[in-house]
Amino acid sequence: MNILSVFNIGLLAATLRGATPLIFAAIGVTYAERSGVTNIGVEGIMLFGAFSAVLVTYYTKNPWIGVLAAVIVGGLLGLVHAWTSITLKANQIVTGAAVNLLAVGIPNYLLIAIWNQPGASPMVANIKPLHIAFLANLPIIGPLFNSQNLLAYLAIFAAIVGQIILFHTPLGLHIRAVGEDPRAADTVGIDVYKLRYLCVIFSGMMAGLGGAYLSVAQLSMFTKQMTQGRGFIAMGAMIFGKWTPIGSLGACLLFGFADALQLALQTIGVSIPSDLLMTFPYVLTLIALAGFVGRSAAPAAVGKPYDKG
Amino acid sequence: MELSICMQGIVKSFPGVLANDHIDLQVARGEVHGLLGENGAGKTTLMNILSGMYRPDEGQIELFGKPVRFESPKDALAKGIGMVYQHFMLIPTFTVAENLTLGAEITRGGFLDRSKSESMVKELSKKYGLAIEPSAKVQYISVGAQQRVEILKVLYRGAQIIILDEPTAVLTPQETEDLYQTVNALRKAGHTIIFISHKLNEVLRFTDRVTVLRAGKVVGTRVTSETTAEELASLMVGRSVSLHVKKLPREVDAEMLKVENLKALDARRLPALRGVSFNVHAGEIVGIAGVEGNGQTQLVEALTGLIRTTGGTIRLDGEDITHFPTSERFCRGIAHIPEDRHRRGLILDFSLAENSILGYPDRISLRSGFRLDMKSIRKFCAKLMAAFDVRAPSPDVMAGGLSGGNQQKLVLAREFSRCPKLLIAAQPTRGLDVGATEFIHNSLLAERKRGAAILLLSLELSEIMDLSDRILVFYEGKIVGECLRETTNEDEIGLLMTGGRHEVLIH
Repeated sequence: MNILSVFNIGLLAATLRGATPLIFAAIGVTYAERSGVTNIGVEGIMLFGAFSAVLVTYYTKNPWIGVLAAVIVGGLLGLVHAWTSITLKANQIVTGAAVNLLAVGIPNYLLIAIWNQPGASPMVANIKPLHIAFLANLPIIGPLFNSQNLLAYLAIFAAIVGQIILFHTPLGLHIRAVGEDPRAADTVGIDVYKLRYLCVIFSGMMAGLGGAYLSVAQLSMFTKQMTQGRGFIAMGAMIFGKWTPIGSLGACLLFGFADALQLALQTIGVSIPSDLLMTFPYVLTLIALAGFVGRSAAPAAVGKPYDKG
Repeated sequence: MELSICMQGIVKSFPGVLANDHIDLQVARGEVHGLLGENGAGKTTLMNILSGMYRPDEGQIELFGKPVRFESPKDALAKGIGMVYQHFMLIPTFTVAENLTLGAEITRGGFLDRSKSESMVKELSKKYGLAIEPSAKVQYISVGAQQRVEILKVLYRGAQIIILDEPTAVLTPQETEDLYQTVNALRKAGHTIIFISHKLNEVLRFTDRVTVLRAGKVVGTRVTSETTAEELASLMVGRSVSLHVKKLPREVDAEMLKVENLKALDARRLPALRGVSFNVHAGEIVGIAGVEGNGQTQLVEALTGLIRTTGGTIRLDGEDITHFPTSERFCRGIAHIPEDRHRRGLILDFSLAENSILGYPDRISLRSGFRLDMKSIRKFCAKLMAAFDVRAPSPDVMAGGLSGGNQQKLVLAREFSRCPKLLIAAQPTRGLDVGATEFIHNSLLAERKRGAAILLLSLELSEIMDLSDRILVFYEGKIVGECLRETTNEDEIGLLMTGGRHEVLIH
């Protein structure tokens, strides 16, 4: 079998599908870190989001209400992280890790409590790909775009808007100022706590959205540990993207591609062990997190609580 | 006299400290008013009240005759008071224009208008004669330029009254001169300026009147032209101090340090020392003058073994120590007063007792078996504290809780207790007040008398001139001039420091 046959439109479409949840989460953590708060809890928040989306969809039969629920739950978890790390000045890594640990236990517990099923939820309604009629006949573009659902477009749109807000509006300038030197920002009348809360809650909402994509768009159910480290991959993408939404988008597409490629290679049965192929996106993340990209772009005050004194 | 500021009966206390004790301060419109006092005298607290950072416990503030109350720095700024902090409130990764307009951005349709804010900054910079490049990132501009950004920042927000907190502490002599021009220009433009400092010569030069604080109280206000440095110093300290130490002549003894053709790189792997040769004798103070960043830091690090040298030799008392590790050098008799006492001189989260043995925990008398004998260490520390007048409740308090002067005295006490052959003192009085500076200068002279060879590095030319027997001038990693103290003057050294040619000068 010709190995080059995996490089087709299907691969591109799978790349975008794989990247979409990462893009949401990566934009969220980019904002949180730009404001000076690191949120490794995105991994757990994604999982909570995925579960909430399925739970609400199960009862309402409408996956969009499920998505909304995931965003709200994500925002609430973001609020908890904001409160502990900004107001209580707790160690941000520890609080984030606590959220991740909760996410291991609670959804699994609720799976049994609600449905009495240990590994996965029942099937629920899911979000279907859009069909844009006028694109259908175009080569490449037609099959590529008509295989995606609305959330994929929303992710790309969010990256563009996120970039514009962060770098071309006073709000974005204030967020970056607070993440670089909160005291300097404070002296010119910028409300450090308010902006940090806003950004951390936003990062939770975006992670919830990314999680919802996994459960009610990509699949139509929740399965145990279904995020598989995507929250951490999103953080890797943020670093790869030098803490910019557009850069993160690019990095997420790269990770999505790595994931799609390993799946495609598995499907055609190349003689590389599948376990090894599956590590591909994680190895990329590791390289990014190891600072291969250079640390210089990190906001100076990230991880440090601000004490008004 | 039209008053721009009238503060009356200001009281502010913090847990355990009465920082401002019924302070009255009157500043006339359009004057440069000095606020002089030792560290901890209450200058910064008073100005933090005036700039809205703190709220006073008691007292009133009037601005241009009207009573005011501030809830925040933004509030004070809106009423015309702008503070230029000693530690700049600038964001290094932002451009000059972004920093200047932060919190009050110029926008078009909700988006940042970069070109308009840059042209506005250019105009403002022209209007006040403060040269800056609006699109440059703050991290790449000089400290002097950063200060200009800070001043323009408050002017942009419409400040009529500008508070400069220790503005010269970080400046080179040339930049200080530029600041002098700026302050004059602002005064001419009708601004009122409060100039906080503990440096007498600058207060005398910059200000019209000066108010002196001591221990939270006003001890006097003087018209600058009618007072002297001696009078201000004694007001500040509460006793008469000698501003210039008395140095007795002394014959030098044997050569203690001999450095030949020493080369080293800086942190960016660029040459910092380009072949430096000199010696220091026992009983001699050799001063190293130079503008910051001309290789002085690397010289100290090379001599103490903190960085590797790339060429040349270092001999201590005849022995080649070029490749000795730091601990070995200290055993051989080198003592080091580091230029950054917070990062290298002390561990701020350790007690004074623990700090007093940093660098030699292996002293037999301070150990019991393999454990540290904390009782003896405390006793040892208490002895050092008594000998060097380190004011702290006990050897168990954290070093971070002490004032800069007391911290530095502890470092000195520890290093002198080794009876070093060679003492390397880097900026020993940086940031210290008159009293502590006097103490440290006298201690250095006592070590000289004892017979230590002393290498003194300082950015304060007056300190070099006061203490040194011989002066070496550093410029771009080389020694560009060597002068005997008796036969040189500040002008000659100052010119050498900026790269002026020696030969041209003398003849």
